[in-house]
Amino acid sequence: MAKTTRRGFLKVAGAAAIGLGARPVLDAIASRVPQAVPVPPAPALTARRWAMVVDTRRCLRERGCRECVAACHSKHNVPDFGNPKDEVKWIWKEDFEHAFPDEGHEFQAAELRGQDMLLLCNHCDSPPCVRVCPTQATWRRESDGLVMMDMHRCIGCRYCMAACPYGSRSFNWRDPRTHIARIDETYPTRTRGVVEKCTFCEERLSRGLMPACVEACPARAMAFGDLEDAGSEVRVLLASHVSIRRRQGLGTQPEVYYLV
Amino acid sequence: MLEKAFTGSPRYWAWIAALLALIGIGFIFWVKQMIFGLTITGLSRDVTWGLYIAQLTFLVGVAASAVMVVLPYYLHDYKGFGKLTILGEFLAIPAVIMCMAFVFVDMGQPMRILNVFLHPTPSSVMFWDTVVLFGYLVLNIVISRVTFDAEKKGIAPPRWIKPVIMLSIPWAISIHTVTAFLYQGLPARHFWLTAIMAPRFLASAFAAGPSILILLVILVRKLTRFDPGRAPVLKLSEIATYAMLANCFFILMEVFTAFYSGIPGHMDHFRFLFLGHEGLSMFVPWMMRISVGLAVVALVLLLVPRFRKDDRTLVLACLAVIASIWIDKGIGLMTGGFVPTTTHRYVDYVPTFDEWMITLMVYGVGALILTGLYKIAISVRALVDPWQEEPGRPAA
Repeated sequence: MAKTTRRGFLKVAGAAAIGLGARPVLDAIASRVPQAVPVPPAPALTARRWAMVVDTRRCLRERGCRECVAACHSKHNVPDFGNPKDEVKWIWKEDFEHAFPDEGHEFQAAELRGQDMLLLCNHCDSPPCVRVCPTQATWRRESDGLVMMDMHRCIGCRYCMAACPYGSRSFNWRDPRTHIARIDETYPTRTRGVVEKCTFCEERLSRGLMPACVEACPARAMAFGDLEDAGSEVRVLLASHVSIRRRQGLGTQPEVYYLV
Repeated sequence: MLEKAFTGSPRYWAWIAALLALIGIGFIFWVKQMIFGLTITGLSRDVTWGLYIAQLTFLVGVAASAVMVVLPYYLHDYKGFGKLTILGEFLAIPAVIMCMAFVFVDMGQPMRILNVFLHPTPSSVMFWDTVVLFGYLVLNIVISRVTFDAEKKGIAPPRWIKPVIMLSIPWAISIHTVTAFLYQGLPARHFWLTAIMAPRFLASAFAAGPSILILLVILVRKLTRFDPGRAPVLKLSEIATYAMLANCFFILMEVFTAFYSGIPGHMDHFRFLFLGHEGLSMFVPWMMRISVGLAVVALVLLLVPRFRKDDRTLVLACLAVIASIWIDKGIGLMTGGFVPTTTHRYVDYVPTFDEWMITLMVYGVGALILTGLYKIAISVRALVDPWQEEPGRPAA
């Protein structure tokens, strides 16, 4: 180790001071370059308990529509491997009988029979995935009920996938970066060997934006809001319509509701 | 003491070389997995655990079964197991190490495995499983080391080891109970959501573990002059018989509950396991049918005293017990739990060649450790009782 002399110390201190002074200059230069991260357009959207209501009747009006899926997957750099074995998905469509295995029956109304239902993470109030995670890489945010993921802490044991009753979680069986059509620089890509899932667009909420799927839906079939706020759109919809949740009997308290 | 593992006959070294070759070949496939990821396995989004975690389940049972010699010897003072306890403990050590290795090869991010200890999570059964497995490994190393040292010196083991041995008995039960809790506490999986999972795990463990021990004792007796006598082997075979009966009884209780209640969520998993599903491979159904067939063969051979008391048929019975339980815990438990999926879809899971090779690598490591430990045990015993090993005759 070199001995610290008075002269040496002043040199380093001077360089550091110049560095500090250079920061605003560099920032100014950087701001001329097309910004990667847009300036927050509005204050963050907050809630005590976020929930989603999917109006399946509206959703089914646009048959074969995949706008929400495309919006979500492109904004979050979800890879497309084109095979079910390596598949990663945050939001997808599944026919009624598979989305609600306990509800289907032979004489089900044609409006529902075989119809596409929108599936995503339910952000349960009592999430089994959180309970089983051995590293707390997934946890329920107490402030607003979002089930979060730390992809840097995840060890890839996939216990959460075994525990999730909704098949909402995906594992990166292989390097995802090679199979992303166009990488969106505003959202991180993931590494191989970690689990990921829908986050209710936590990164957009903090910038005052609604979830990407809600925004992208041409039929405005998804409502998103605070379940603790009696005046919120979700509460009004739930109060005035018949709604169901997936596998309600398991006690997970899913926060995605379906109007049928 | 350890040096005994490094001297041996050419046959001993040939066996070691064969194991090292197996490990080396398997290692190539593990490197491949490190490069390309777990995509090289047959696992998928829907069947997220398979061959690797199944081996963990099976081997935790093998490790726990050491209690079947430790308990009668130390708690009931059954002297017949005197020479066997060390072999039971020396089987438990590589079994636990293999368990850990199988968890390690199953991780998506194995380099982050220490996160389990950096962020301890009491709500996670996997955290507890790691804790009890580590504890069991330490217990077995300490107990076998201390008691064996004493035996070598011809003195009584120190008194403090007795409570440690007593602790190892419930601890052995705990490792397999906690492993069952990994599965049986998940609301998502009807097939695993059954209170009898832990008892069933223990019963199958106490059948398969002693069966492995019987085979090892017979093998050691053939290769060396080490002979624990006939009585303990017969006693072990009785333990395996009772445990196998209990195991089959528990499985039939599951079948009754599913099919008499008629709840589709419970029946569909069994149907898939034995009948398969249109358009999917018949790998799992055939394995399960073989498992049932082997269980029947095993029970016949074990229950008829004439067969059980004849070494040749006893070996067959033990092989049938091990294979039947290995398939049931290894193939059936995993695939049956995941298929049909949570959205009631039927998907295939067939382990890939790469997966089998990595599995063999871990078993190779286990066999290597087991060989070394047994070599030490038998060589040291030969020094204590010189008549036990013929001069010039290969050991282990």
